[in-house]
Amino acid sequence: MTTKLMGTGVQRVEDQRFLRGLGRYADDVAVDPSTLHAAVLRSPHAHARIVDIDVADVLDVEGVHAVWTYDDLTGPMAEPLPLLIPHPMLTHGRTQYALAKDEVNYVGEAIAFVVADDRYVAEDAVGKIKVSYELLPPVVGIDAARAADRLVHDDVPGNVGARMEQNTGDVQAAMAAAPHRLTLDLTVERSACMPMEGRGTVARWDPDIDRLQVWSSTQTSTGVRAVVAVKLGLDLRQVDVITPDVGGGFGVKINHPWPEELLVPLAARTLGRTVKFTEDRREHFISTAHERGQVQYIEVGFDDDGRLLALDVKFWHDHGAYTPYGLIVPIITSTQLLGPYKPEVYRVVFESLYTNTVMVTPYRGAGRPQGCFAMERTMDAIAAELGKDRTEVRAVNFIQPDEFPFEQGLVFQDGRELTYDSGDYPASLEKIKALIGWDEFPAFRAEMAAEGRQVGIGLACYVEGTGVGPYEGAHVHVETSGKVKVATGLTTQGQGHATVFAQLVADELGCRFEDVEVVTGDTRRMPYAVGTFASRAAVMSGSAIHLAAKRAKEKALKIAAEALEASPDDLQIVDGVVSVKGSPGSSIDLGTVAVLSNPLRYAFDEASKAATQFTVGDPGKPPVAEDEEPGLEGTDFYSPERSTFASGMHAVIVETDPLTAEIRILKYAVVHDCGKLINPMIVEGQIHGGVAQGVGGALYERMVYDESGQLLNASFMDFLMPYVTEVPDGIDIDHLETPSPLNPLGIKGAGEAGVIPSAAVFASAIEDAESIPITAMPISPSELFHLRLTHAEETP
Amino acid sequence: MKPAPFAYVRPGSLADALSALAGDPGAKVLAGGQSLVPLLSMRLAAPSTLVDINGLPGLDAVTVTADGVRVGALARHADVLAHDEAARVQPLLRLALSHVAHATIRNRGTTVGSIVHADAAAEMPVVLTLLGGSVEVAGPSGTRTIPATDLYVGPLETCLAQDEIATTAFFPALAPGARVAFAEIARRHGDYALVGAAALVDGDSVRVGYVSVGDVPTVVDLTGVPLNEMAATALAQLDPADDIHATAAYRAQLVRVLTERVVTEARTDD
Ligand SMILES: Cc1cc2nc3c(=O)[nH]c(=O)nc-3n(C[C@H](O)[C@H](O)[C@H](O)COP(=O)(O)OP(=O)(O)OC[C@H]3O[C@@H](n4cnc5c(N)ncnc54)[C@H](O)[C@@H]3O)c2cc1C
Repeated sequence: MTTKLMGTGVQRVEDQRFLRGLGRYADDVAVDPSTLHAAVLRSPHAHARIVDIDVADVLDVEGVHAVWTYDDLTGPMAEPLPLLIPHPMLTHGRTQYALAKDEVNYVGEAIAFVVADDRYVAEDAVGKIKVSYELLPPVVGIDAARAADRLVHDDVPGNVGARMEQNTGDVQAAMAAAPHRLTLDLTVERSACMPMEGRGTVARWDPDIDRLQVWSSTQTSTGVRAVVAVKLGLDLRQVDVITPDVGGGFGVKINHPWPEELLVPLAARTLGRTVKFTEDRREHFISTAHERGQVQYIEVGFDDDGRLLALDVKFWHDHGAYTPYGLIVPIITSTQLLGPYKPEVYRVVFESLYTNTVMVTPYRGAGRPQGCFAMERTMDAIAAELGKDRTEVRAVNFIQPDEFPFEQGLVFQDGRELTYDSGDYPASLEKIKALIGWDEFPAFRAEMAAEGRQVGIGLACYVEGTGVGPYEGAHVHVETSGKVKVATGLTTQGQGHATVFAQLVADELGCRFEDVEVVTGDTRRMPYAVGTFASRAAVMSGSAIHLAAKRAKEKALKIAAEALEASPDDLQIVDGVVSVKGSPGSSIDLGTVAVLSNPLRYAFDEASKAATQFTVGDPGKPPVAEDEEPGLEGTDFYSPERSTFASGMHAVIVETDPLTAEIRILKYAVVHDCGKLINPMIVEGQIHGGVAQGVGGALYERMVYDESGQLLNASFMDFLMPYVTEVPDGIDIDHLETPSPLNPLGIKGAGEAGVIPSAAVFASAIEDAESIPITAMPISPSELFHLRLTHAEETP
Repeated sequence: MKPAPFAYVRPGSLADALSALAGDPGAKVLAGGQSLVPLLSMRLAAPSTLVDINGLPGLDAVTVTADGVRVGALARHADVLAHDEAARVQPLLRLALSHVAHATIRNRGTTVGSIVHADAAAEMPVVLTLLGGSVEVAGPSGTRTIPATDLYVGPLETCLAQDEIATTAFFPALAPGARVAFAEIARRHGDYALVGAAALVDGDSVRVGYVSVGDVPTVVDLTGVPLNEMAATALAQLDPADDIHATAAYRAQLVRVLTERVVTEARTDD
């Protein structure tokens, strides 16, 4: 047998292409000069009524082909965009129109859509549209939304889109009985996904076949296809959606359809031309989506050991102007907040609030970073209150390895019970303490103090529900050349799916890794799919691909068994050759098996002669048996009962400058458990990227809105993504593998993990360095400087 | 993010460049483009003509003499940074330039462009002012030399006329026995400074130039002021402001820290 590829750090097959600049993104599609380009007029006001739109000057601009405003939209296009996840508790869900109707609710909302010869002309034309507005008072920030002196939507009282409560018992009674109690007021600010490639859509209508081809930089091609067909009044069969290479998504591209994702196909169909929209960076800031913003209030009751007796959490979630993605983010915060712990009683109440700002949809971590922040700040506060080591307080609250499956008694984002499948939190804690040098830290602190330097250590733990349903599918096709073509419907944004999925196919089918080619996100190849989000690709498509490869293998063995006159049980497939175990002379390669699998009337080359009616099959039986299909293929779907729960712990040592309040990272460590590893190198890459993004979220990135709802830092000049010089030089990583019992490979998701505990772990370490409570993230040197001043005033 | 329409010319001589500028009151010089092109793309600037000076002969030299360093209008930040002779004659150039942006931007952006762009958050205008340098300017009626102290008139504004081209910046050599130091604090490596400070110590004379604490590059004479009072003296003449990255109070703190740091360093023999 060849060695298994599962668990080995196979080099990424994608990298040659990407590193040589041969990636092909939406903007690289249809580059010929006949393609038309779109630009969008966006609202300059956060809240206003549209009194009049005058496009008269635009049509005179040379090179302009068409302009659309709301009044030009008809049928389903004139309806609000879909509310994708209509949770029953979302009592006041609102979505925008493809082009604003009567009112705009955030700076950046699309008002008019211009199609021209090129983007330059389209932008010139946008500048000539005259809109008169009647300004309305904007609601900016959670405080203003809660105060509700002003409303975002007239028909949404109190700006409350949804109020939701879950509890596992009588929290008031448990709180009253607890020997110790604490409260915390916490804040997490807004940030956003910043993929290198923004949104992009290209569409081409082919009048000869009445068919629309759409390329979109999306995390769900099947989702885009369904909505384009519905909105344009086309049959699903008339629409193909292809996801080319995608330069990052981080969650924001799972929301769909963006206005442009419908308007580009509409324009292509109306004008009979290929039309392209490529978002620029400013548009990404003001017209896509943000996340993270929450205000939290926590009351906790605990015993002398720090055991959680009652945990009562209220939080207010800023969801921006609209709610196309439902309540996913706050529901995840409210449920995943519990992490690896088991409070006796837990109650959580949240309000999801409207503001006149860019809407909120999931960003890597999707509500978990905020939940982790709430829980881990609470753990640190308990430890401080009791004078105990922070790791001890966590340890007494862990769910123990023998308690799985563990029911938290809550309902998760997928509407199913929040039941953890497996994990070993005490083992993770031991590992992270060793990696970061937890027990040696006091000595290090003293050493640094002697040099006049100030350091702190922090720790944060999380559990992440990954691999949510409903399903993914896969199609594995062995061609007569022996090459294996694999298709799965979810999309790829750089994760290395073509590598890990090929590993799984090579292992299961027995073909050569090099012979496997994986296609994702192309509805022509796999029309049934959900999408890439919630750390689900490896779990969902990985499992489906494994199952589909197994079917192809079974078929190959059956056909080969006949050809070799052996029992299928005696056969093996190694490096693409089926042979009888123990007698290697008796063999047939997979390509020939594929030839035999498809009885032919017409031979087209030497190999196919072997499959004509004169050569294969029993003349007394139908060439294709009753319950068989021609072709060496396997299709299967994977649909799990519920999510699988990955977990991990991060620790960091920071140094804070006593004079300038600059914050430096001295050491960063991660212990990570995503079940069985398919490719440890790729998992570590995901962790590295997540940690870098987490450093950004904790120490640099924020969305600065002024009172009028203008985003003041809508460029990379002022939205501070960390450079390579700001992220840790090295990240010490250790893996734990507690297999998931829920899928055939024992795997759990790994995509989001790296970013979940960042705000919590940095707050913990900075608090430790400074001995000042850290209750709001992100934190800048300027803010830390002011915290010191306030703290010094308060503690004489 | 595409610029509004503009005409583009790339003259081959200084005379042609000057007449192109004179021919259109909406014309603007394009040098390295590292400040201008982003402004065009965001449509914050919309000149009717861009006069690209990158084809002008003889402007890319960095010339070092005993009296100082002459930087031609087409010399890139990277050229000046890498120039060992320039660093020897005036060490502050290299000390400050290593804080200007990132390698890719320094490869295109010109030092003279930075000086005439007159951003108070930029390093080189402060360096020129502290050292008492000057800029040579060509215009329709000939050339003139503008001392740095007269150059800066307001935020992003110099006394250059629209039809003038800066051809050379002159940085005087460091006097024998004099010493310099530079330090800055930025949010990320290579970002514009939250606050920067450059010190020039020559015998008893102590002068410090500040980046990002006022509308124009500001130099404060701290001669005779005790070290522990220098920052207070400087702050009395500076105007740190709030922005989204730092408060005025925090900037004042950085002025305190950096003033002491650069003066101490400039006074220390190495
Ligand atoms: C990401 C980024 C980070 C940066 N960080 C820093 C930093 O930390 N510190 C810093 O100092 N700078 C920084 N810069 C700016 C950089 O230094 C620019 O190169 C410099 O400001 C302008 O030089 P330029 O040659 O690119 O000028 P251009 O962009 O071509 O021109 C700038 C302006 O000066 C005028 N101009 C240019 N040359 C002449 C001339 N010879 N005569 C008359 N007018 C002229 C132009 O008309 C224009 O108005 C940064 C730039 C970027 C993009």
